[in-house]
Amino acid sequence: MSANTAIVGAAESDLGVTNASILTLQSQAITRALADAGLSLSDVDGLATSGVSRFSATQVADYLGIQPSWSDSTFAGGSAYEMYIARASQAIAAGQASTIVISFASNQRSARSRSLGGVVETHTPEAQFESPYGPLFPLSYYAMAAQRYMHDYGATRADLAQVAVLAREWALLNPKAFRYDAGPLTVDEVLAAPMMSSPLTTADCCLVTDGGGAVVVTSLERARDLAKPPVQILGYGESTTNTSMSQVPLLPTGAVASGKAAFSLAGLSPSDVDVVALYDSFTITVLLSLEALGFCEPGEAASLVASDRVRPGGDIPLNTSGGGLSYCHPGQYGVLLLVEAVRQLRGEAGARQVSNPQVALAHGTGGILSTHATVLLGVDR
Amino acid sequence: MSEQVLPIPDDITTPWWEATKEGKFLLQTCLECQHVQHYPRAVCIQCAGSQLHWVESAGQGVVDSYTVVHRAPSPAFTAPYVIARVQLSEGPTMLTRIVGAEESELACDLPVTLAWDSLSDGHQLPVFQVINSKQQ
Repeated sequence: MSANTAIVGAAESDLGVTNASILTLQSQAITRALADAGLSLSDVDGLATSGVSRFSATQVADYLGIQPSWSDSTFAGGSAYEMYIARASQAIAAGQASTIVISFASNQRSARSRSLGGVVETHTPEAQFESPYGPLFPLSYYAMAAQRYMHDYGATRADLAQVAVLAREWALLNPKAFRYDAGPLTVDEVLAAPMMSSPLTTADCCLVTDGGGAVVVTSLERARDLAKPPVQILGYGESTTNTSMSQVPLLPTGAVASGKAAFSLAGLSPSDVDVVALYDSFTITVLLSLEALGFCEPGEAASLVASDRVRPGGDIPLNTSGGGLSYCHPGQYGVLLLVEAVRQLRGEAGARQVSNPQVALAHGTGGILSTHATVLLGVDR
Repeated sequence: MSEQVLPIPDDITTPWWEATKEGKFLLQTCLECQHVQHYPRAVCIQCAGSQLHWVESAGQGVVDSYTVVHRAPSPAFTAPYVIARVQLSEGPTMLTRIVGAEESELACDLPVTLAWDSLSDGHQLPVFQVINSKQQ
């Protein structure tokens, strides 16, 4: 049983180094996604966004001069945008809104607003029991997950590096990618990059760029009358597991539960997926997610990522935009996973276009493997 | 280390932080179901009971995982240092630091034992050291 909703518009804001404000980039993303759908701001009666201010959806609505009948500012890090797909579908089914925009934008590179230690909120248990030790946030948690993964499965730093090498390979096909002109990346270069939090180097970490994106969701019935072929929302699932670095096992992640729920709702399995967009905050994130979502068995992701199956022409094309590692990572990358999945399913992906894909998977990961949300999208049938 | 960011104890955690001044590492135990948990909370996460009392940890554990931080997040820290998840013999896993060990000595599942690091406000932070480390 699918959700009977569809994505009808998708767009990026300006990316990279923009010297623009968050709300300028939000406005770009939203108006471009609406134009892509053949809709305008006056059609919008639902808005989901975060990362703007304390009242994020309210803030953006005010800025755009709209008064939506439904809004959501669930703050769950980079996976929130996959979560919003579920909530938007439910709101449309319930009749609370008909045209919902999901958006995000950040100017973190221009504004130099990112810090290695993350944000410490003094009233939280983490501030008392974890921050005093000085972990990098979120990096040190992913580093510990990587260390445990290497211990359990005999994987190596070179296996992690292959994820960054793959991302670069795809980015060289995407003119919008931050590393489009950077040339190929080698395993040796990743290994030789400055160590941040072992075993992860700077090259195992995503980019820090400006950027954003938006998608427009409406009912499948209405979608069939709009400008572009609808991209059907086939399934979704999510799991919320931890804010602290200590309270749940490092492996496996909550992506197991989110993936199962999404595949079950869609009536699909991993072998039905033609294009895969996984959150790649760090190289390890991709290996863990491939296994958790069922694209391979535990311990086998490294050999999958090193194979031709995930590369241009392969049967599991993975992170075709170049990912957060080589395309764009504005702090919360989840909405851009959706934008790329939509473009691939519409056949709009240019030199990196996958041959005739029918089903795409977008999987967001927020915080420190804290929140996991999977969305399955498909060509309208 | 300078400019330490000091923890702010609250209604639940004040006894825990006070005990660190005497070198005691406390854990919460549920009077109803005997579950042991750390960090301290207002509720038992196994049975939702609120009758929690303090027991002293034996201070023994194993490294669940670790990472060597090479770039300090603030001037309060001097890199490199070792951040680790240690699973205590009583059950809970905690974030901590491993002190006095070379990186080559570290491994997942390595046994470690309690040590203390002083904070500038008189509280102490439980850290761990490798048993029979070459550094000691």
